[in-house]
Amino acid sequence: MSARKPDTLGGRAAIVGIGATEFSKDSGRSELKLAVEAVQAALDDAGLAPADVDGLVTFTMDTSPEITVAQACGIGDLTFFSRVHYGGGAACATVQQAALAVATGVAEVVVCYRAFNERSGRRFGSGVEHREPSAEGAALGWSLPFGLLTPASWVAMAAQRYLYAYGLKPEVFGHVAVTDRRHAATNPAAYFHGKPITLAEHAASRWIVEPLRLLDCCQETDGGQAIVVTSVERARDLPRPPAVITAAAQGAGRGQEQMTSFYRDDLTGLPEMGVVAGQLWRASGLTPADIDVAILYDHFTPFVLMQLEEFGFCGRGEAAGFVAGDALPLNTHGGQLGEAYLHGMNGIAEAVRQIRGSSVNQVPGAARALVTAGTGVPTSGLLLGADGCHARVSAVSGRRGAPSLVI
Amino acid sequence: MTRDDLDVDPDELYGRLKAYEGRTAASGGTGRDPVNEPMIRHWCEAMGDTNPAYPAVAPPTMLQAWTMGGLAGHPGGSARSEAYDELLALLDDVGCTSVVATDCEQEYPRPLRPGDRVTFDAVIESVSPRKTTRLGTGYFVTTRMNVRAGDGELVGTHRFRILKYAPARPKNAPKPEPAPKPGLTADPARRPRPVINRDNAGFWEGVARHQLLIQRCLDCATPRFPWLPGCGACGSLRWEAFEASGTGTVFSYVVMHHPPFPAFDPPYAVALIELAEGVRMVSGITGVPYDKVRIGMPVELEFLRVDEELELPVFRGAEA
Repeated sequence: MSARKPDTLGGRAAIVGIGATEFSKDSGRSELKLAVEAVQAALDDAGLAPADVDGLVTFTMDTSPEITVAQACGIGDLTFFSRVHYGGGAACATVQQAALAVATGVAEVVVCYRAFNERSGRRFGSGVEHREPSAEGAALGWSLPFGLLTPASWVAMAAQRYLYAYGLKPEVFGHVAVTDRRHAATNPAAYFHGKPITLAEHAASRWIVEPLRLLDCCQETDGGQAIVVTSVERARDLPRPPAVITAAAQGAGRGQEQMTSFYRDDLTGLPEMGVVAGQLWRASGLTPADIDVAILYDHFTPFVLMQLEEFGFCGRGEAAGFVAGDALPLNTHGGQLGEAYLHGMNGIAEAVRQIRGSSVNQVPGAARALVTAGTGVPTSGLLLGADGCHARVSAVSGRRGAPSLVI
Repeated sequence: MTRDDLDVDPDELYGRLKAYEGRTAASGGTGRDPVNEPMIRHWCEAMGDTNPAYPAVAPPTMLQAWTMGGLAGHPGGSARSEAYDELLALLDDVGCTSVVATDCEQEYPRPLRPGDRVTFDAVIESVSPRKTTRLGTGYFVTTRMNVRAGDGELVGTHRFRILKYAPARPKNAPKPEPAPKPGLTADPARRPRPVINRDNAGFWEGVARHQLLIQRCLDCATPRFPWLPGCGACGSLRWEAFEASGTGTVFSYVVMHHPPFPAFDPPYAVALIELAEGVRMVSGITGVPYDKVRIGMPVELEFLRVDEELELPVFRGAEA
């Protein structure tokens, strides 16, 4: 419950399966394998299959990422993943996170896990010593010895395949850079305030990792950004016009890795953002045509194009032309390429300003905004709306069977 | 494995360590601040000690606090002696590089009160014979500090024991790579090493035998790369490794230009290879200039000796 009022979480979710490995002083196997075995044992106990799972929660201290546990368990798309900090203090909170997700329909089956070699591996108080590399380190380890070393290079691998699949040249990425920098040029808070670029300047900028040029890559920034959330009822008593959270979603795809999802699908899209898009549209009842402004995560330009396609703003392979046509106000703060690279949090702030009507590049009458989070990784997205204008789902929920926002 | 293999003659070493007994560990130390009420109050709050006797007198167990230099150290330098530094350096040199404080004993001849100014000196009281604990093998070193106030009145003694040790490796953890040849460790131009753990060690054992090993699920037969303990298709934990044919095509590639990578020589290409068996892996391309690599290019496995420790599976391209 909140610090002041009783909550409504009780009685809405239940624990249906428990499972564990044997408990020993020396498991003889990796922490990842222990996690996978425990998750599978709990699913067996619950009478559920890996394919039923759409949420995973663990401790920040755990070395086995949710996506890697999913990958090794045969679990597909995830719509909810979360971690809780502070060691053992996280235990019951993992179940609280799961219950929040289940109670709101964000996920249907969530598995909470913690697995470690606490006795035979690293021990508290033992100082610095040799430690077996984690699953996360191992995932990246398949690329580093060959010289694939940077975020730009991991994005470039998919970007090259995208260009090949649709018969495009690297210059098409320039449309995103030019759009972002045009908006940054009129934003006094932007690093590149007053510095627009042209397509020719993009095409003339030096290679970072082919097919990405300097102007395809976002800047690096020092800064901070914070966001306050409360109930819509309370929001109405506060000084600013509320930006109502119309829908919020997380997504991870089958075979998901962190920046190195090279081993799945055709490498021309962002399946995890497809998972986010499907939830946002289903939950809100909105369509791309309803969106007044989009703030799409832009650490590298190619993934902006793929996001437009995952959300259905245009067809596959058509996004560069779509951006060039300027049909959708995009990254009106200048994006991370132009304003600042704050891991997407500054993009949420811009969407709020658009809903408030206070952006320096205000879209007249903007009432619905789409914001996305980092691409190439398990990700998330938001639909924000002006008060009273946030969703259509309550009118259609019966027909679609989607969860109603009106509880 | 328990380590009892410090690379020295134990008797000879112990003789050298014993010689430090009785020597000065610290001398002429003065407390950075006089005993004072604010520090007493902070200490009591942190410890949750509500004894009403404080802060009129200092809690006895604050004894060591009055001798500490704070984060910046003692102004004008530490009171620690050269002999004590030498003893610790000698232990470092034989591999006892880790340290843990094990226990302390204190005596309080009289209470300290606000306004007291402390001075202190310490002696190396004893060095134990070689001991093996769960943490590792090493030596217990005990120092005894005398804390004085005013005109030299003894107000406390502080006997402090540490274990200087060579850390034991966790049982069954993979053995660290053999010590690299001199010159290699410090070389910034070394390529990043493969990240090897119990879930993927089999792959790198295969590379050492010049075999490219892929996993295959024993339940649904789906081939699997990268190596993981379970099947992404069906979740089965039963698998076997089999040798790939070594033929494939370039599925995608990049050309690395910037930033400068010390171990590499940009521009160079890195490719995502689709093997004939249907799985993909990131690898290097040989036999083709970086600007001639293309998607769809057929490639053939070979093994590249990178340095004395590292061998990698790479792919030779056939230029169209």
